[in-house]
Amino acid sequence: MDQRAPNLLDEALGLVDEEKTKPWPLSSRVVLVEDRVETSGAFVLHHLLKRALSPHSSNDVVVFLAFSQPFSHYDRVLRKLGCNLTAQRENNRFFFLDLLMSEFPDGDEGNKDGLVALYGKIEKVVSTSFQENKKCITIVIDDFSLMEVAANGATNYVLDFLRYCHTLTLAFGCSLVVLNHEDIYSSIERPALILQMEYLADILIKAEPLATGLATDVHGQLTVLNKEIRDEQGSSRNKICNFHFRVKENGVEYFYPGSKT
Amino acid sequence: MATSKPRTSSFSRNLATVTSSTPGLKYGPNGTIFISSGIPDLDKILGGGFPLGSLVMVMEDAEAPHHMLLLRNFMSQGLVHKQPLLYASPSKDPKGFLGTLPTPGSSKDDKSRDHDPENENGLRIAWQYKKYFGDNQHHFDSNRDVKHEYCHDFDLRKPLEKHFISGQHIDCVSILDSPNLAALRDHFATFLAQFPRNASSISSAGRIAIQSFCAPQCTYSNMEWDMLSFIRSLRSMVRSSNAVAVVTFPPSLLSTSFSRRWQHMADTLLSVRAIPDEDKEMAKLLTGYQDMVGLLNVHKVARINTQVPVILDATTFSIKLQKRRFLVLESLNQAPIDSSSGTSYGTSASCSGSSKTGTLDF
Repeated sequence: MDQRAPNLLDEALGLVDEEKTKPWPLSSRVVLVEDRVETSGAFVLHHLLKRALSPHSSNDVVVFLAFSQPFSHYDRVLRKLGCNLTAQRENNRFFFLDLLMSEFPDGDEGNKDGLVALYGKIEKVVSTSFQENKKCITIVIDDFSLMEVAANGATNYVLDFLRYCHTLTLAFGCSLVVLNHEDIYSSIERPALILQMEYLADILIKAEPLATGLATDVHGQLTVLNKEIRDEQGSSRNKICNFHFRVKENGVEYFYPGSKT
Repeated sequence: MATSKPRTSSFSRNLATVTSSTPGLKYGPNGTIFISSGIPDLDKILGGGFPLGSLVMVMEDAEAPHHMLLLRNFMSQGLVHKQPLLYASPSKDPKGFLGTLPTPGSSKDDKSRDHDPENENGLRIAWQYKKYFGDNQHHFDSNRDVKHEYCHDFDLRKPLEKHFISGQHIDCVSILDSPNLAALRDHFATFLAQFPRNASSISSAGRIAIQSFCAPQCTYSNMEWDMLSFIRSLRSMVRSSNAVAVVTFPPSLLSTSFSRRWQHMADTLLSVRAIPDEDKEMAKLLTGYQDMVGLLNVHKVARINTQVPVILDATTFSIKLQKRRFLVLESLNQAPIDSSSGTSYGTSASCSGSSKTGTLDF
């Protein structure tokens, strides 16, 4: 399978670029990936990681905040997708922050392990990379609901952190990719957190199970909402795409409903 | 169990020996190592067992104690394999529970599912298909030491022999009176520090069993974020050690949002449900209804080191006690449709617990 062959997800995100002259289409944009218990959206993160660390350009830096899995897991998964995270880490293109055991209690502003300090670390990496002329910086958070738990439920605290990371996208042109679980919030009366995240996001990718249930050939459906796409005339509009997917070890197949060959 | 090599990607190592040194471990794809759940059918459904480093959560049904069956088999299997065990429960004296653990079934030849040994002694039925059962026959003839099997069939009517329990690394903790979970967390951290995960070969695997974690009699049970934080740190600690933690909890005692958060934390998510006695509608729909004790649902299967989800043929299984002793899981089978009744039911593999309305949802 050709690594650079565009698939439906790349098209929906605007990552198809034959001339490679345009800058990274996701720069200065916030991507929110939502999933559920029945269907995991982690494969979207893996796909974006692979695209961000593509070998043809050495300008890419990824800062990965891992709350969910250790490095060994991502290393193995991405290796099967054709991307060597260990080598990228040694080349200072992939910064992995293992936050599985970290706690971020609110009110600990002076604490060197708090969210404020974490933001400081990220900001330092981003600004140094920017000064080294690395223009395509991506910050990935996997996953946001665990960051809430680490902060012991202090929603405003983690939202502030998210907004600060958002300022980085404006200041340095980096992109922010966050994974969250939508079904946690769907039963709350005023799901402020998820609504604010959806408002902040420029691209919303939702992974859901099929309405008809489980299937071996189709693992779920993906809905991509891309806000403010500028088309040739210069006017902006929203674009929604919906298609099905099937996850494999070495990649993901995307296809329109009913057209699985 | 036959150690058939599953289809692996080109990045998996070729492993020469599988079970010679450590009978309680089985190597799986993507560099995972499995330990048995203590229920042979469940191991098969989950593709080998519980992978080391994973968190298994079982959602209880408040009306039935079936999650105890899963816990008992899990704990017994660990003791038989001499894997250190940490058991936490909301009772005042958790050690008492150890007396209810089942013992491995003595031999396989009284199970009607497998090959019938009477063929050899009495009537010799000349059927040519005996040659295809070569593997099972070897299991019979050789007097295999009970300890060398990966997964045992536990006899729920006989308690575990004393020598398995005494002199073992068993730690029992009561979570009834823990005011805050920090001390509990440290206790678990000390236990898990015995099984660090590193690249060198693994010496032994640990098992953690926590029963009814958010039970209302525990003092911390209304501190929702603290409980969630504990589960998160347990998950992270287990991830970096060669151990498996099984946590059961009643989701009806948590708010929906928190219940979902707990479910997302789990690597493997199961739920058990009670079956109402004497439900005539169910008896009509399913075969073997009288033998069923409950239903087991598999919601999520652990995906460590891989992104491919596991799609099972069926996610709902009936829990039966074979000969009232051995726990088996069977997929649901629809009863033959009575030709005199005019309605047809269509095809469905799952069935809701209370089908009082008589309609199947599929």
